[in-house]
Amino acid sequence: MTATAGPLLEVDGISVRFGALLALNRVSLTIPRGEIAAIIGPNGAGKTTLLNCISGFYHPYEGHIRFDGRDRTHLRPPDVAALGIARTFQNVALFRGMSVLDNIMTGRILKMRGSFLLDAVWWGPARRQELEHRAFVERIIDFLAIQAIRKTPAGRLPYGLQKRVELARALAAEPQLLLLDEPMAGMNVEEKEDMCRFILDVNSEFGTTIALIEHDMGVVMDISDHVIVLDYGRAIADGTPDEVRKDQAVLDAYLGVAHD
Amino acid sequence: MRGGSTETMSIAAAALDTFPKLVRANAERLSRQVAIREKDLGIWQAYTWRDYFERSRRIALGLASLGFARGDKTAIIGDNRPELYWAVLATQALGGVPVPLYQDSIEKELIYIVDHAEARFAVAEDQEQVDKLLHVRAHCPRLEFIVYDDSRGMRAYSEPGLLSLAELEERGEKFAVGHPTYVDDEMARGQGEDTSVICYTSGTTGSPKGAMLSYRNLIAMARIATEREGLRPDDEALAYLPMAWVGDHMLSYAQAIVAGFAINCPESAETVLHDLKEIGPTYFFAPPRIWENLLTSVMIRIEDAAWPKRALTQAFLRLAQDLERRRLNGQPLPLLPRLLAPLGELLVYGPLRDNLGLRRIRIAYTAGEALGPEIFVFFRALGINVKQLYGMTEASVFVAVQKDGDVKLDTVGTPMPEVEIKISEAGEVLFRSPGVFQGYFKNPEATRQTVEDGWIHSGDAGFLDQAGHLKIIDRARDLGRLADGTMFAPKYLENKLKFSPYVKEAVTLGADRPYVTALINIDLGAVGNWAERRGIAYTSYTDLSQRPEVYELIQQEVVRVNRSLLEDEVLRGAQIRKFLILHKELDPDDEEITRTRKVRRGYIAQKYAALIEALYGERDRVAVEAQVTYEDGRTGTIRADVAIRVVSGEVSAR
Repeated sequence: MTATAGPLLEVDGISVRFGALLALNRVSLTIPRGEIAAIIGPNGAGKTTLLNCISGFYHPYEGHIRFDGRDRTHLRPPDVAALGIARTFQNVALFRGMSVLDNIMTGRILKMRGSFLLDAVWWGPARRQELEHRAFVERIIDFLAIQAIRKTPAGRLPYGLQKRVELARALAAEPQLLLLDEPMAGMNVEEKEDMCRFILDVNSEFGTTIALIEHDMGVVMDISDHVIVLDYGRAIADGTPDEVRKDQAVLDAYLGVAHD
Repeated sequence: MRGGSTETMSIAAAALDTFPKLVRANAERLSRQVAIREKDLGIWQAYTWRDYFERSRRIALGLASLGFARGDKTAIIGDNRPELYWAVLATQALGGVPVPLYQDSIEKELIYIVDHAEARFAVAEDQEQVDKLLHVRAHCPRLEFIVYDDSRGMRAYSEPGLLSLAELEERGEKFAVGHPTYVDDEMARGQGEDTSVICYTSGTTGSPKGAMLSYRNLIAMARIATEREGLRPDDEALAYLPMAWVGDHMLSYAQAIVAGFAINCPESAETVLHDLKEIGPTYFFAPPRIWENLLTSVMIRIEDAAWPKRALTQAFLRLAQDLERRRLNGQPLPLLPRLLAPLGELLVYGPLRDNLGLRRIRIAYTAGEALGPEIFVFFRALGINVKQLYGMTEASVFVAVQKDGDVKLDTVGTPMPEVEIKISEAGEVLFRSPGVFQGYFKNPEATRQTVEDGWIHSGDAGFLDQAGHLKIIDRARDLGRLADGTMFAPKYLENKLKFSPYVKEAVTLGADRPYVTALINIDLGAVGNWAERRGIAYTSYTDLSQRPEVYELIQQEVVRVNRSLLEDEVLRGAQIRKFLILHKELDPDDEEITRTRKVRRGYIAQKYAALIEALYGERDRVAVEAQVTYEDGRTGTIRADVAIRVVSGEVSAR
């Protein structure tokens, strides 16, 4: 891990266009190390597009993304993942037929070094390596309290637990930056509270920087250090939850428009 | 005293009058034998008796470094963890008294107990419990130190007097430099007559009461039970019941130490049934709730199986239950079923036992509420030695147990050795034993009401039959008569109802009323599964509970119970005439049942008065609102329109 002093992520004036639609219009934001940042905004504001740019899914036609002090604008998703950025998806994207344990193990793939031959006979370093990875995954299972479903196929789990398994898989990659796309969508109050606690615990235990998209304003205001508001592809506010709550532009554009 | 022991050992036993001394002896005698296993990060970690003593000693030194004085109380709260059992022993080693608390208690209950027990120290499992204790401490200034085991999420806490177990042990190490023999000296001062533990009984009425049990009480009863039941150091038990329940304290702590067997702590509350399978205990203690859950899980799987499998399984289960019933009644066993039994063992009973994790069971108890006879027969028919245990916190658990080979269906067995039982003129069961407690902590009034000349008033109505077996009919104060004088035993009826996998909880009413009625709680798992297979859509528990199809289903169960009452001369007249299905689950957080799942009748009668009136009125529907309490103490309201069903045509003798 490089110990540069500057912010972990800097997004500098990026724009993304889908045909005639300007999905992101010169958006800039900065996420300092160890922070929980929330990106909010009405539907279609460009939140997921922004996340997709950071994780290398889309590439902006202008502007720059700097991660850990270096320009990362044009990397592809696997390279971004190797840098230490992991994410979860708005619609759960797990391997439905695989057990929870195996799903989380896939999060370790980038950390595995092995030769095909040694892995095939599961001998020496290959064996040792798998045991180490398994031990790490067990720590995450314990951390997220999903021991009881270790061997259950992911597709059979209720939605709230699938979300938790997705978080577990992202954590297995030991990311520096964790991107969560609506981690609490479709959850009941109790599941939301659990998820909030897990997000806060991840942040304080592992020091992971977190950027999350969320619709539930209560949640956002409770757990974030810093809130960025998007509207029609533009960043219209950026500050602490209290500042954002009072911001007139936000009240007009986001809260007003979204609920009319 | 113990089987096969040498003379030197029985001399030593005289001095082993406290648990710390016993564990120290185990650490020498059984040094390499496993005392506790815990599943951690997916792997069973084993600790020997030497580890048990050493870790407890380190914790004791840590507590001493904080100024722990003799007589101080330590509140213990969390799931069953080795560290928490060690904290119990550490407290006792210093002459203190552990007070185990129910881990799912809400704050109001915790505040009452921590304040009443005057706890100065608390040892908690994790952040969740620490958060509760920090709130409790705001109301209980006596509580000075909170020690936690699992440090996850605890980084940002800076409250005074809050420290991790690791920090505590570190302090202890420094303290030991100046006081190398401190713990041994304090242990030597402990005596059999000292209070060993205070167990707060959840109580179906009023505030919890703290039953004080001495070392002599617990060690004597643990020895008596160990000898009579033949427990050995190579036995294995699962420590999964709340540590605050005297049953766990006796089995996982007192008996494990006295007999030297190993206990196994499951990974989490949700994994218990899975861990049960991995451990395959030989000694197993479960309240009826667990047996009912196991039965329900078996029933669901049978119903989900393909029809040939289902038919085969059901046929063999019927056969085995029929044989077992005859055996329990002392009737002759017919030839054909006897010849088929080995085949059933091979095809059904053996695999099923294995699947449940009950293959190695030598002794299994059920206690707390009475277990429905049908459930009891079911497990015994599978070849599992389930026995009724009749016990009370105030008696250090053991009063009567069914003897191996002398099990009767409707009794709780014969008195344990050194336990005397007599029946008062009013029909109440009284008993006297070495396990009779020291009294309720700071409540001499309640103590006087419970103990008279050394005899404990159990509050249960019962009698001893000709063979000396104790038969419990009901709670003495619950036993009632209908308005026309017909005898009515609510708990008996409720247990019959609860045999159905679809019925989770039932409350029957009838005292001084013209007829018997029932409030029923459906089992969401079983009924939900049943509804799914029939393509019945539902949105919530409340919705499912009020479906007409579900009412039909439950009505069949009620008719079955009514029919089975015909066999009983006395209770024949008390058949269930009307019932309704409750729109919400009875919940300890709402104070409707206790933490050990005993129904609180008085409270329910009050809370659901409108429903009960409707059961004795003419209406067929009634609108209700019920308050629910979440674990963090907040409340919400559930509204529903509850249907009332008349059980058509009373079943009468042919």
